Amino acid sequence: MDFGTLLQILDSTVRLGVPLLLACLAGLYSERAGVFDIGLEGKMLMAAMLSGAAAFVTGSVWLGCLAGIGGSLVLAAIHGAAAITFRGNQLISGVAINFLASGLTVLMAQSWFGQGGRTPALDGGARFQALTLPLADTLRPVPVLGPVYADLISGHTALVYLAFAAVPVTWWVLYRTRFGLRLRAVGENPGAVDTAGISVTRLRYTAVAITGLLSGLAGAYMATALQAGFGKEMTAGRGYIALAALIFAKWRPWGALWACLLFGFFQAIALRPDVVEAIVRVKVPVPALDALPYVLTVFILAGFIGKAIPPRAGGEPYVKER
Amino acid sequence: MVAGAQSGRQTAAPGTDTGAGAAIAPAIELVGISKAFGPVQANRDISMRVMPGTIHGIIGENGAGKSTLMSILYGFYRADAGEVRIGGRPVAIPDSQAAIRAGIGMVFQHFKLVPNFTVLENVVLGAEEGALLRPSLAKARASLRDLAQEYELDVDPDAVVEDLSVGHQQRVEILKALYRQADILILDEPTGVLTPSEADHLFRILRGLKAQGKTVILITHKLREIMEITDTVSVMRRGEMTATVETAGSSPEELAELMVGRKVLLHVPKAPATPGATVLKVEDLRVTDADGVERLKGIDLEIRAGEILGIAGVAGNGQSELLKVLGGFEKATGRVTLNGHPLDLSGDRLAQSRRAAGIAHVPEDRHHLGLILDFAAWENVAFGYHHAPEYQANALLMDNAALIRDTAGKMERFDVRPPIPTLAAKSFSGGNQQKIVLAREIERNPDLLLVGQPTRGVDIGAIEFIHKRIVELRDAGKAVLLVSVELDEILSLSDRIAVMFDGRIMGERLPDRTDERELGLLMAGVAE
Amino acid sequence: MQRLPVWADVVLVPILSLLAAFLISALVILGIGGNPVEALQVMVTGALGSAYGWGYTLYYATNFMFTGLAVAVAFRASLFNIGGEGQAMLGGLGVALVCLAVDWPHWALALPAAMLGGAVFGAAWAAIPAWLQAKRGSHIVITTIMFNFIAASVLVYLLVNVLRPPGSMDPATARFPEGAGLPTLHDIPGLGGIFDRNTPANITLFLALACVGLVWLLLFRSRLGYEIRAFGKSEPAAVYAGISPVRITMIAMLISGGLSGLMAVNNVMGEAERLVLNSVEGAGFIGIAVALMGRNHPVGVMFAALLFGFLYQGGAELGLWTTIPLELRTVVQALVILFTGALDTMMRMGVERVFALFARRAA
Repeated sequence: MDFGTLLQILDSTVRLGVPLLLACLAGLYSERAGVFDIGLEGKMLMAAMLSGAAAFVTGSVWLGCLAGIGGSLVLAAIHGAAAITFRGNQLISGVAINFLASGLTVLMAQSWFGQGGRTPALDGGARFQALTLPLADTLRPVPVLGPVYADLISGHTALVYLAFAAVPVTWWVLYRTRFGLRLRAVGENPGAVDTAGISVTRLRYTAVAITGLLSGLAGAYMATALQAGFGKEMTAGRGYIALAALIFAKWRPWGALWACLLFGFFQAIALRPDVVEAIVRVKVPVPALDALPYVLTVFILAGFIGKAIPPRAGGEPYVKER
Repeated sequence: MVAGAQSGRQTAAPGTDTGAGAAIAPAIELVGISKAFGPVQANRDISMRVMPGTIHGIIGENGAGKSTLMSILYGFYRADAGEVRIGGRPVAIPDSQAAIRAGIGMVFQHFKLVPNFTVLENVVLGAEEGALLRPSLAKARASLRDLAQEYELDVDPDAVVEDLSVGHQQRVEILKALYRQADILILDEPTGVLTPSEADHLFRILRGLKAQGKTVILITHKLREIMEITDTVSVMRRGEMTATVETAGSSPEELAELMVGRKVLLHVPKAPATPGATVLKVEDLRVTDADGVERLKGIDLEIRAGEILGIAGVAGNGQSELLKVLGGFEKATGRVTLNGHPLDLSGDRLAQSRRAAGIAHVPEDRHHLGLILDFAAWENVAFGYHHAPEYQANALLMDNAALIRDTAGKMERFDVRPPIPTLAAKSFSGGNQQKIVLAREIERNPDLLLVGQPTRGVDIGAIEFIHKRIVELRDAGKAVLLVSVELDEILSLSDRIAVMFDGRIMGERLPDRTDERELGLLMAGVAE
Repeated sequence: MQRLPVWADVVLVPILSLLAAFLISALVILGIGGNPVEALQVMVTGALGSAYGWGYTLYYATNFMFTGLAVAVAFRASLFNIGGEGQAMLGGLGVALVCLAVDWPHWALALPAAMLGGAVFGAAWAAIPAWLQAKRGSHIVITTIMFNFIAASVLVYLLVNVLRPPGSMDPATARFPEGAGLPTLHDIPGLGGIFDRNTPANITLFLALACVGLVWLLLFRSRLGYEIRAFGKSEPAAVYAGISPVRITMIAMLISGGLSGLMAVNNVMGEAERLVLNSVEGAGFIGIAVALMGRNHPVGVMFAALLFGFLYQGGAELGLWTTIPLELRTVVQALVILFTGALDTMMRMGVERVFALFARRAA
């Protein structure tokens, strides 16, 4: 494999890893606050459809992005109501939200555009455009580092840089702010938070809202940056892979970055079976490459690669004791 | 310190509040507090006043309404009627935040700490200075240093809470309250999980707080503690406050009578034991838990037919593990024989074989182990004995009708009320639930009965019944292993007493040749 | 807290949840410019108005009975098996391998073998997540989701690379031999007059009904069922009673996976008569809605499966005759799961308030 191919694959890794990263960080806020969320997939899907639709209608990718976030927030609110206020089963609620999004997106897109549940193709200002970082072209001739800077680091859309910036920001929020302290506390022992005079309900709703915001960005990225418009089931299980990455990352922000890049890399090489064959010298079937992230997640869950301990109060609705 | 202590003592005379009350307002005053949960009246028209700088005890049985009252004071529940006055002024306490603002701090029975946070983070949580953590943590660190010096409250601020001993975790709870400038500190059953020496340390801290003019409310069901440390005491019974008296002018007997509403039989009438052959022999029993901590460190004991062996000890010193090993659901090493036959200690799923061998087990925690609360009474009667031949219709199916008939009989013989086999277990009172478990286990006519905390959360009438049944089983020539954290229960039921501390047997005593003081020393790990 | 009467708890709350789900579905139809009343008419006519419609309704209901029972059995052991989809896919593989292995002379011989094939493959696919949960504490919800994706990959590979007959472009197996064809309801003496020749509903329906009865016996009359329910309510208590968590987790999941796998007898052997990609069509997931609506009780599952059979066939008719896409089915399914599963407490609290109000009036 030559250097150019490697750069191409790494470039795909970044582009495919970003929606995972945004969704993974989204899940991190919710789960760190003690609310399990297997509905990331649904929120992404809803955001993808709404952002595609709104971007097409308004011609502005940013308005599209906002619409996507709005849709994702509505689903997050439903999950919050079920999980926090009505103390329902968080897993069941997540499953319901995934199906709701799966059906509603097609229904809405079909009724608005009549293109078989797709949104019309986007171009120009209705799509996120690649940004060229300063000096990218000037530095390109520099051996090794030049192409890395110009082709791998430069030339992505704004959401890519936003997603990467979200990692240190999340770390800082979690470990250096009052909000982060309370968020981590409510995921471990909500009783401690409640008796300290802080509202468990408000804290958890805030966390779930941040989850909605970030999964909204993840979905918007799918429809307006990675692709040019929304297609039926376009998230294709990415919400679940993000969940797997979150477990792999042991619910930590930096871990989330590496896990998502790893899973993004798997997706990138699944697109290039020829490269894989050249390296391992055996013809690897494409479905095997597709299944790799899931198989790896099972191995992680089985504890064969380190033990992942979820937040202690995760999945449990908070009930005041006498 | 000395001056403070004296001033504390001077104000500690609220019994004569006609005079003192006019000059100094009570730190806390409750007027006509009532609270109902559906048909259950948890608190009825409760009035109470506590003077500043005193230690006030609230005593009562389980379910008397102590915790509900304190939850109202801490803003967990809203009272249906009544008023709370702090320092003479009426205050509304709609939530915990308001309680904290009013200067109330609470140490719950089950600590409200974040286990993987440091002490500092736990103290700061909810009392941060601003949106960023760093200044808050710095301020708390300085403040903890002062508090540690002022009261005997030294805890490493950077220690992770889950690594601390229970006694230290409790200190963190007290520090949390003091850091929030609490003037009134409420402690709910604080010594339940402490060794006697840790409890002594706690009491020294409480005296120090009192000396600084803080007001302490101590909720407990242990008369000894009330007599030892409180200035005044209120007694609660069935949601009502039956009396408030000065501790010095009262006696344990008087308080006990006020608590239960009649004279308490402190001794179960029973004939002297006539022990027969050895039923259970335990040698060098060891248990290591999942974290690699040794929970039982070489237990040796022996129980003979027609004898009750009581195991005394502070909760968490290996008694639970002992019961689980003998009951067949925890692995151990060592040697245990029942009627001379060795028991398997290392296999899986041994609980069934234990029952077949003649061991019955009334577990410590009937809600989590002994019963399935959502199951009907008859389904619970089969629990653990669902393989019994008399409950089977054929090779595949169970005979539910036979089970229901059997349950009806057991309910009658054990006076379970209401005697309805199809009622869910959760619909029975604590005492009646325990009778269902007891009926199931005792009627198997076991050679050895393991019984843990038989009267925890059980009303007084049922206690006598349960004690009588245990003694009857002994008189029928069976061996009984009794584990209880209630020393009174151990002293009145046992024929021999073994004291456990830190996974070991500290010593054995005969109940008529020992007293609470000597047992207390053994429970604290002070060897003979 | 006012305790609800049993009838309100068992009947009223689920019905209200269902009504809420339908009401919102009607609003969704309005929202996309459809007419809910007309939609309902199309659905009723399409699903119940003809022998053809009935046939499809019962065919789908048969699928959902299997997957609903599968989810319910696991739920009773407090295991949330989201893997019905993958287990049914693998069940399809098992059924296909059995049907293609021998040139079956008669369906009566092929059926038991195919049942075994479907159940064993489905159970095997459930066994790995079950073992990981029992022995290593891996959360079964996540592992079964992962196994759904892995199953899809396995099937794509096998259908494209291994089982596809030479010369065919279709990622599917060859047709099953004639002798492996199951009688449809039309073929059954006495029912032939009622059901259409093209009806996909087949004798597997009776197999599903038998499973309803067997699961009922299992759960409420057998020792094993007693142990499953006890374990589902409290693991520590089950251990005290001598019930092995590992054993019950494994057995409950094997039964669950086996039931999902059995579904393939209906859709693969009874209807398609070959194995195609996406033969399960989401029936594994619908099983979750069916189990929740049926309160994890076999009889409840049976009725819920019939209702979802109606929804599924009716939804397909909507897609054919109106502008409403058939994805409406997914929305209804989601709302049923949401209201009967996750927002159960909300409905219950509402009903409790109303009862308390009446109680106060009466007092």
